[in-house]
Amino acid sequence: MTAPALPPAAGGNATTSPQRHGRLALLLLTPTFVVLALVILYPLIAAVRESLYLKQEGVDPETGIVIGGDKFVGADNYAAIFSGETATRFWNSFYNTTFFTVFGVAIEVVLGVAMALVMHHALRGRGLVRASILVPWAVPTAMSALLWQWIFQAEGIANVILPGEAVLWTTEGFHAKVAVLIADTWKTAPFVGLLVLAGLQVIPNEVYEAARVDGANAWARFWRITLPLVKPALLVAILFRVMDVLRIFDLPYVLIGERKQSVETVSMLAFEQARNLRYGPAAAYATVLFLYVAIIAYVFVKLLGADLIGEARERTRAERRKAKRAAEPEQKEAVPV
Amino acid sequence: MSAGARARTAALLAAAAVVLAGCGDDSGSGSGDSSGAAPKLDGHGPITFVTGKDTSGNMQKLVDKWNTDHPDEKVTITELPEAADEQRNQMVQNAQVKSDAYTVLNLDVVWTAEFAANQWVVELPKDEFDLDNFLKPAVDTATYFDKLYAVPVYSDGALLYYRKDLLTKAGVTEPPKTWDEMSDACKKVQALPEGKGVGCYAGQFDKYEGLTCNFSEAIQSAGGVVVGEDGKPNVNTQEAKDGLNFLVDGLKSGEIPKAGVTYKEEEGRRAFQDGKLVFHRQWPYQWNLANATDGTSKVAGKFDVAPIPGKDGPGVSTLGGHNFAISAFAKNKATGLDFIKYFTSEETEKSNLLATSQAPTRANLYEDQEVVTKFPYLPTLKASIEGAVPRPKVVKYGDVTAAIQEAAYGAMNGEKSTDQALSDLQSKLEELTKK
Repeated sequence: MTAPALPPAAGGNATTSPQRHGRLALLLLTPTFVVLALVILYPLIAAVRESLYLKQEGVDPETGIVIGGDKFVGADNYAAIFSGETATRFWNSFYNTTFFTVFGVAIEVVLGVAMALVMHHALRGRGLVRASILVPWAVPTAMSALLWQWIFQAEGIANVILPGEAVLWTTEGFHAKVAVLIADTWKTAPFVGLLVLAGLQVIPNEVYEAARVDGANAWARFWRITLPLVKPALLVAILFRVMDVLRIFDLPYVLIGERKQSVETVSMLAFEQARNLRYGPAAAYATVLFLYVAIIAYVFVKLLGADLIGEARERTRAERRKAKRAAEPEQKEAVPV
Repeated sequence: MSAGARARTAALLAAAAVVLAGCGDDSGSGSGDSSGAAPKLDGHGPITFVTGKDTSGNMQKLVDKWNTDHPDEKVTITELPEAADEQRNQMVQNAQVKSDAYTVLNLDVVWTAEFAANQWVVELPKDEFDLDNFLKPAVDTATYFDKLYAVPVYSDGALLYYRKDLLTKAGVTEPPKTWDEMSDACKKVQALPEGKGVGCYAGQFDKYEGLTCNFSEAIQSAGGVVVGEDGKPNVNTQEAKDGLNFLVDGLKSGEIPKAGVTYKEEEGRRAFQDGKLVFHRQWPYQWNLANATDGTSKVAGKFDVAPIPGKDGPGVSTLGGHNFAISAFAKNKATGLDFIKYFTSEETEKSNLLATSQAPTRANLYEDQEVVTKFPYLPTLKASIEGAVPRPKVVKYGDVTAAIQEAAYGAMNGEKSTDQALSDLQSKLEELTKK
């Protein structure tokens, strides 16, 4: 199907239809590019620029007034992150971030797929089931962190229900990580479920019928039909969740508290620097985290084939090539003899 | 669009972004004003009064009264979040963009040094306030380098809440004055049938600002200091070790219940109100709530307050409270000054005390018959405040309190020995306070 072509100009001048369309498209898209540049590109570049400066915190000994001003220090902020005592703290938070990402997303995926299957096959009260599964996702994270803090108090409901000695969830230790994982997966497994549900709904029933005829049991149908067919949606969900959890801040901050080594994440380090008005080091932590997230996202898209816009782009490219090839013979034909 | 044109556009956008990013002026003010007298404050007109959430509703009444009397200089209350950290964030952001949106700021006592050194608040004329009638420690928190930067409005000191009924049953007639006396009294109470499973003592021991208060009190009550009179830290002393060991050993022996290490103010209050503690170090606000007769408190009428105990005698409390300052970037500073004078007048402070039970900063109010009848703990509180020691007056207070919390929490949770924690803290504080 070729793109609708305007009749080529007499004499065959340079402004043939695909190029005019291209220019018009660019004009119409420019406002979007400007907004994206302002909202995404500018803060990114400003942050990188900020990370190259350090605020002068010296205090004049006579007046007690802060001397102030920003000094260009180049890569010193980055060097400071990776050296000395700060390095131990950074690598610990890096490990915590990665731990939450790997185990958090793994649990969310398992639970999310289970929820999606339930939502998909629910015959009675389908609306109610779907709504109740989605409620945790709708609650703002800071609020859910406060709710879970209430549950995980020393005399909270978690300790009442669980047998044995009361666990002090908000103190340092592995239990703090468990608390954060529980609160996080409770909130976000529905999100994975929602995306996987969308993927499930496009699988045609005939495939399952054919499998049933071939004698496949429920598990085989799930493993060999559902999962592979839902893979694109699942990969997108996983990519979103991985990128989200890598930046996790509000849950450990509100639920466990700040500066607790068991759950401190890189974004919490950046926040602490910013709170003390050291915006240079804060921007440096943020940039390091950004690079980490960008690398992981790249790995996902390239290696695992999470096609966010890939297929669509290839389709347009193929269509465009087709349209060009179709237009050329028309031109040749239209040249007045 | 060809690949070349696309690349060119991208490069252009990136260049524009870099130029725009570089346009921001972020160099701070260079010199400080080293003139002797306080600068004259001028400008009359409408102002804003920035404060954390007012749970009593009395602030609005006071502001309405001012607005009726001064129709040309109306005050609008700008309410900030309840958490102290969030309030500081908002005020700092306002100062960073040099906005005139905030005029009178309700500052926590520990923020004076930071706000003054960064020139976010202006110096106030000392002679226009009758500071001699205010509690001396409170006035001290409002000064920086001998200049007055804020006026104390609310004060706070630590009190030891104790179960009078349990102590009387155990035969203890006087509240304990030393840690050993408190320990003995606890043992006697726990021997009673009613005292089974009741925890001995708790304060605020989670890793937050409250821990800095409790840690400082423990050290001060053992005769030590965190930061000395000369502004130099001195925590690597035997007295400081004794103080920290009171907390560490208390947790080890079980006198401080294990859960105590997760307590902030509210968790401790709930434990006390449920009758799970004999002794509780807490701010005065707990009095009204623990005496509530609506069923939320099991200890209504069964407790009393005393000064906190120390190692060899009465303890030394940490000073809390709030001061009012004027933002350096506000327009109508003279109105702000008049408003502060109005808010700290005797009449207004008394009405505030009656409505909110927050400790006033005027010394004579503590003897006023009307208020003492309503709040019997006032004389004890005054003694606590007058003997109280403020937290370190440092510009980098955020880092100092983080270091203190690190040391105290680590020692109390057994991650570091007391000696190690204090010597690490000493080096950290020296680094942060070096000029």
